Amino acid sequence: MSDVTKQTLSELVENIKSKKLSSSEVTKAFIERSQKSKELNTYITEDYENALGKAKKFDEKPNLNQKLPGIPMAVKDLFCTKDLRTTAGSKILNNFIPTYESTVTQNIWNEGAILIGKLNCDEFAMGSSNETSFFGNVQNPIDKNLVPGGSSGGSSSAVAAQLTPITIGTDTGGSIRQPASFTGTVGLKPTYGSCSRYGIVAFASSLDQAGPMAQNVKDCALLQEVISTYDEKDSTSIDFKRNEYSKELTKDIKGKKIGIPKEYRVDGMPKEIENLWKKGIEYAKDCGAEIIDISLPHTNYALPTYYIVAPAEASSNLARYDGVKYGFRAEGENLIDMYEKTRSEGFGAEVQRRIMIGTYVLSSGYYDAYYLKAQKVRKLIKNDFDDVFKKVDAILTPSTPSSAFKIGEKTNDPVSMYLNDIFTVPVNLAGLPGISIPAGHDAKGYPLGLQIIGKAFDEQNILNIAYAMEEKINFKNNITDWWIK
Amino acid sequence: MSKNKSEYLINRHDNQYEVVIGLEVHAQVTSHSKLFSTSATKFGAEPNTQVSLVDAAFPGMLPVINEYCVKQAIKTGIGLKAKINKRSVFDRKNYFYADLPQGYQISQFKDPIVGEGKVILDMPDGQKEVGIERLHLEQDAGKSIHDLDPKNTFVDLNRSGVALMEIVSKPDLRSPDEVNAYIKKLRSIMRYLGTCDGNMQEGSLRADVNVSVRKKGSKEFGTRCEIKNVNSIKFMQMAIEYEANRQVDLIEDGQTIDQETRLFDTKKNETRSMRSKEDSHDYRYFPDPDLLPLEVSDDFIENLKSEIPELPDEKKKRFIEKFKLSPYEANILVSDIETSNYFENVIKKSDVKLATNWIIGELFAALNEKNLEITESPISAGNLSKLINLIKDGTISGKIAKTVFEQMMEGDKDPKKIVEEKGLKQESDPKALEALIDKVIDDNRDKATEYKSGKVKLFGFFVGQVMKVSGGKANPQLVNEILKKKL
Repeated sequence: MSDVTKQTLSELVENIKSKKLSSSEVTKAFIERSQKSKELNTYITEDYENALGKAKKFDEKPNLNQKLPGIPMAVKDLFCTKDLRTTAGSKILNNFIPTYESTVTQNIWNEGAILIGKLNCDEFAMGSSNETSFFGNVQNPIDKNLVPGGSSGGSSSAVAAQLTPITIGTDTGGSIRQPASFTGTVGLKPTYGSCSRYGIVAFASSLDQAGPMAQNVKDCALLQEVISTYDEKDSTSIDFKRNEYSKELTKDIKGKKIGIPKEYRVDGMPKEIENLWKKGIEYAKDCGAEIIDISLPHTNYALPTYYIVAPAEASSNLARYDGVKYGFRAEGENLIDMYEKTRSEGFGAEVQRRIMIGTYVLSSGYYDAYYLKAQKVRKLIKNDFDDVFKKVDAILTPSTPSSAFKIGEKTNDPVSMYLNDIFTVPVNLAGLPGISIPAGHDAKGYPLGLQIIGKAFDEQNILNIAYAMEEKINFKNNITDWWIK
Repeated sequence: MSKNKSEYLINRHDNQYEVVIGLEVHAQVTSHSKLFSTSATKFGAEPNTQVSLVDAAFPGMLPVINEYCVKQAIKTGIGLKAKINKRSVFDRKNYFYADLPQGYQISQFKDPIVGEGKVILDMPDGQKEVGIERLHLEQDAGKSIHDLDPKNTFVDLNRSGVALMEIVSKPDLRSPDEVNAYIKKLRSIMRYLGTCDGNMQEGSLRADVNVSVRKKGSKEFGTRCEIKNVNSIKFMQMAIEYEANRQVDLIEDGQTIDQETRLFDTKKNETRSMRSKEDSHDYRYFPDPDLLPLEVSDDFIENLKSEIPELPDEKKKRFIEKFKLSPYEANILVSDIETSNYFENVIKKSDVKLATNWIIGELFAALNEKNLEITESPISAGNLSKLINLIKDGTISGKIAKTVFEQMMEGDKDPKKIVEEKGLKQESDPKALEALIDKVIDDNRDKATEYKSGKVKLFGFFVGQVMKVSGGKANPQLVNEILKKKL
């Protein structure tokens, strides 16, 4: 079996269970391909030797009842991994080795998967292009000049380039769905409270959510089923009945009502995106769904609301990186001097920008005008969705307002960069699940994604719709392995 | 200073100033683990041995509320006769300091767990009600140690994350004496409830003191200064006295008072400016997104109400009504739950009046001398009640009882045994006493004659002689009766 890395997760699981492949063979294959793909800069930290050791151990005594038996896997470097460096893409955590494991990654290892490395991401997940990482930008396997999206850019690039069969990212304002869209892969942002935040380096606590990224909907469903557990260690974790998403996956979505929100037809939206959306509607109809025009009137306010709430929380969440206890420290004349030097040298420009925005909107005299107002608008945005979900089962939108842009194209224009999240942030603000599936290409041949938004805790439903549409769309990613010499 | 009743006024020239005081008391919640983590809270442990990843604010660590601490706060609220808020919110108070690992303190800002309540003070000229503004839960910070190294500061995070209740009074206090009574009452209530041990030496109870002055009769408040983190009642009183006089001097001098935070220097007995209002931190409070609003049900509160013991005010009322104690006696006996427990144990089997006198008199004096708490008393309640019964049934006199008591203080011995071993039993046999008295009269013939000729004052001399000869054991009442007859 030469093309091990070309196999989907389901195929790999099947082949390991039927002993056609050993974990060692699979792990070795992905490691070898990863080693040949250094140019993409997807990894921050590699853990190949340990991985091979674990694979060998697995093969000696395989537990084939596990959901991810001996499957190698790299994860976003925002998840704390015991005894393996966790940087959050930042210089300030460059030397940080956790003594603990995040709940989400622990769930994955409990089902037999094997960690092969930590994937690049925007610094503290703040970015839409993976260009804010202290460890350099990541290339999109679609084209060397393209960003892979962000903040889970190392994750999207690694899955698209088949350096890992599946991966996990985190999504605060679109950080799973946008990079999935930019790389022709599938990414699910689960309902807030579905996956534990314990052990994930925090960006914006009320928005952060871990989720699966994969090459297809079925793999995504299986990984979601593994990572989503109730966790007492996270006070915002919600105890609800979780499905066995992959087992209950069905393409039968006849009669499902799918809403098309008119406010997502934004000014200056490229014709290609408009066309993709129209095509998406046709695919959904082909699957037997009923299309309903809907309105989400406060959509326009989502982006400014997000860029108040997220930086506000981030400014406080990142206060702990002060050089006192762990991580990078720049020596100073006194405590304040040490703080200033540590944080000026340890954080990159985008993180510093967001800390300043966040500090500003929370400061006395501005709190009511910004933070409090933003919280009120956030409630209105959530109410919009609540109202609409009385009429429809899901909502269909484009994932992003454009295809992947060029590396360096938007680095000096933060607002234009922020606009990338326009279709994804409302979902985070409302705490809902959303999935991005590849649905076509633009004129340049770059992938474009469609987003399906569901009711809270209704991951199964949007996975089903995505599964049905995936078959109709029959997307093929044009990846030439140009980086492998 | 006016001594007009107990009114505390500062006189300057022709002006009289009233002092207005409000306290923010920080009371450490009695609990085994911290407010948002499972680390231990034991006092005096080796530095940094009671620190979890949450307390040290490692990346990705999240707070989880300790239900026991919530119960303790609600119980305290009930003890303060306060409104319990069924919904409260934890906020982040953001500031940088080396002993604040998160870079913020989790506290409650807009929506505290407990609202308005009151505390009744027993002052010499009557009762005084002090309003409680609110009580909220918050995390303590760690401890910075600056004197272990000339260049570096050491940080001990054992205290980081320990649960505190901040109890904010209304500006209802008017004198250092009232502050003394207020802190003692608050401490007493919390100790009755078991919600705070009130140990000021260990820092379990400390306060920020807000002081302002105004001309007597004025309805407007003056500009206040906040004296931070004072950890003994004596220092609070000294700080208030200094600060109030400083403010009066400024006003008399035609100057204005700056609203500021001040520190009390216990060595120099003065307050010093720490930071002005302009320099004050902007704490950027906002609801902690890691925690959901704290919601408690009516049942939850009712269950806690059923666990509330009899509190000092109620106990005092009962002591006065049931045992006919004076308000003064009752106050002393209920001031501390241990004292009232001791008292109630003693009177289970002995006379109330005698027990009250012996506890408030002899026992307190003896404990004071040895610097012991009532819980450390060498004399158990059981043995004290035996001693009282020996007095009551005439086995020993009050005077002998004091001797026995002294011996009991050396170790908790049964008073009956002491009386037997030392032969201290009171002589109440009339025949034996008559013999004794006859001998005394015989030995003092001349005095007896003087007495008979009208020098009645000599009666006391004879009583004294009889007691002396009997080694203090003669029953004084009988001695009196027999002497009268014989002389």
